[in-house]
Amino acid sequence: MEVDAAKMIGAGIAAVALGGAGIGIGHIFGNYLAGALRNPAAAAGQRGTLFLGFAFAEATGLIGFAVAMLILYG
Amino acid sequence: MATSTTEAVAGAAPEHGEKIIDPIHQFQIHKIIDLGPFSLTNSGLWAIIAVVCVTLLFLLAPKQLIPSRLQSAAESIYEFIHNMTEEVLHENARTYFPFVLTLFTFILFCNVLGLIPYSFTVTSHIIVTLALALVVFIGATIIGFIRNGFGYLKLFVPSGVPIYLLPLVVIIEIVSYFIRPMSLSIRLFANMMAGHMMLKVMGGFVVMLGVAAGWLPLIAMVGLYGLELLVAALQAYVFALLTCMYLSDAMHVDH
Repeated sequence: MEVDAAKMIGAGIAAVALGGAGIGIGHIFGNYLAGALRNPAAAAGQRGTLFLGFAFAEATGLIGFAVAMLILYG
Repeated sequence: MATSTTEAVAGAAPEHGEKIIDPIHQFQIHKIIDLGPFSLTNSGLWAIIAVVCVTLLFLLAPKQLIPSRLQSAAESIYEFIHNMTEEVLHENARTYFPFVLTLFTFILFCNVLGLIPYSFTVTSHIIVTLALALVVFIGATIIGFIRNGFGYLKLFVPSGVPIYLLPLVVIIEIVSYFIRPMSLSIRLFANMMAGHMMLKVMGGFVVMLGVAAGWLPLIAMVGLYGLELLVAALQAYVFALLTCMYLSDAMHVDH
């Protein structure tokens, strides 16, 4: 297989990681919203935890994105 | 306004030659003042700019009863970190608050200054973030041993675990402890690098579409830029919060 073609395929596979990050972020915000609607009084206090979870979930996906970019252009 | 900006971006494109999208180029380190091993690079320059900005923010902020905008900015950063250290570190908050505030403001300003076009993001290089993370990791480990003696090793032996699972849990705890500086540094570096590459790649798409069709993705770019601002602040917060948590682990092993 040509190296360029293999690079493209590799970058595409590495980008799959973003799908997992999407699922994770959806879970976090969805569950936060569900919890906030049940108990709106406690919602504001957990916003820090929400964004912490969002940052954790996003970081894993971004590592995949960075790998894809490094394969393509690095 | 959108169209004129698109023209400006399209006009600048041919300078890059054939390959319009080159997201790695912005991370190159080059020397500004050549002094051998003590050369001033663009990375060092932007780190200095970040430190100067932080210093000026806290020095120039007036101390009035009714705060100005600058004073509000300085005070809200101070209060935010103060509340965070109080929450996580409780009675030890006063001891470690200056360190956490310094760390937070430095990373925040490096991240946000990196969003200025043609600037350089200091935290987009793993060597910078790893150095910061190792300071936290080694510091927290030393503090843990000073405060608890060899009792600090209890951190690796959680209470209430069945005896037959204990060897496995201890190994997992030790690995997860030593992986801390890696995860701390890679999280910050990957977020910054991937975010800037994403902006560059998407910006390249806007340039490719040109004046006729480029204005719609340009509006999306503004949203993306807002997301990157959020990520820049959030990653600084996450770094500071995890620093507090590691220090808290060093303080209270029994929990």
